[in-house]
Amino acid sequence: MELKGLMLASLDGNAASYRTLLDRLSSRLRAYYKGKFARVGRGPTEAEDLVQEVLLAIHLKRHTYDTGEPFTPWLYTIARYKLIDYLRRTRASASVPLDEATEAMAQDDHADAESSHDIKILLGRLPEKVRCSIQCVKLEGRSVAEAAERCGISESGVKINIHRGLRRLATFIARETKNENG
Amino acid sequence: MKTDDLVAMLSANVEPVGRGLVRRTIAIAVAAGAVIALGFVLVGLGVRADLTTTRAAVFLLLKIAFALAVVGVAMRYLIRLARPGAERGISPFTIVLPFAAIALLAAMNLGAAPSSHWNRMILGDEWLECLLSIPIIAVAPFAVTIFAVRRAAPTNLVRAGAVAGLIAGGVSAMAYALHCTDDSLPFVAVWYGGTIVLCTLAGAALGPRLLRW
Repeated sequence: MELKGLMLASLDGNAASYRTLLDRLSSRLRAYYKGKFARVGRGPTEAEDLVQEVLLAIHLKRHTYDTGEPFTPWLYTIARYKLIDYLRRTRASASVPLDEATEAMAQDDHADAESSHDIKILLGRLPEKVRCSIQCVKLEGRSVAEAAERCGISESGVKINIHRGLRRLATFIARETKNENG
Repeated sequence: MKTDDLVAMLSANVEPVGRGLVRRTIAIAVAAGAVIALGFVLVGLGVRADLTTTRAAVFLLLKIAFALAVVGVAMRYLIRLARPGAERGISPFTIVLPFAAIALLAAMNLGAAPSSHWNRMILGDEWLECLLSIPIIAVAPFAVTIFAVRRAAPTNLVRAGAVAGLIAGGVSAMAYALHCTDDSLPFVAVWYGGTIVLCTLAGAALGPRLLRW
């Protein structure tokens, strides 16, 4: 299926389509950022940091996609915006030597790519009920109703907590890259 | 963290998303900003006393029409600016049209009047009050509009900030028109148009700081 079709199904709440979409977007973004980063002498882990930051951003901003418009301009406008923001944010960072970067390009462009962020530590910084909501629904795959019972809050509370929590995670990740490199 | 794990997490139990959220959020924000601005003028400044005269009513309508045109065109543009990649579909030129129209009317009006009247037609009685009021009243509409744009995904922050400022200025001018007793086209062009442009510039300056995501 095309990216746009996957996106439309995702917006309707189809989790399988969404997973396929995000998988494809990861490899597209990885290729895009590795190419850009190699040129400015930055490494693959940094590229992966940014890939993950952008995946989170795409998730949080998916309601801004206008279903009547083509999909890739939306995607690449976000990708470019985040690239510029990232480079500006980490401007002072020591750059990776150039040959290491080229070597990185030659490496297998694969899905067990890993960023420098530790999701457990980041989740640990969220408030109790927020963490509980994300843990139940997003990591253990429980239903919202189940999560509501476990975390002792209402179903709409769980939904709000998940959204808020992912937004906080995005902020943590952005701040972390700034502190590490800047 | 593995990217695979992040993808699994984000896609688990994903909720459906409503369509047209960006448009709705911005429209509600601008409407809320207009209510606040109106409240501010009604309580703080008061409606002009001579509203029953035809001349006053005509000029009130004219000022409101100008401000509405500014806000309407700017809102359409802002909704596009708030969505990644949608900006290409619209020309920023349309934003200038209400200003061009009022400037043209003002110039015709001045041309028809003896030059000894020009000073009075342009400065009116309360140019200073107008110059101060419109930007001050615009603060609250600007804040709510920025709040709404932040929920979307603007990628040209200077431009999005500028258009948010433009809308806030227009909304503020619309409310201030209820109080303002200076009835001349050149006055409206210079002081209404000018202060709205000031709000736009302030928005452009603040945009990158307020809208980053």
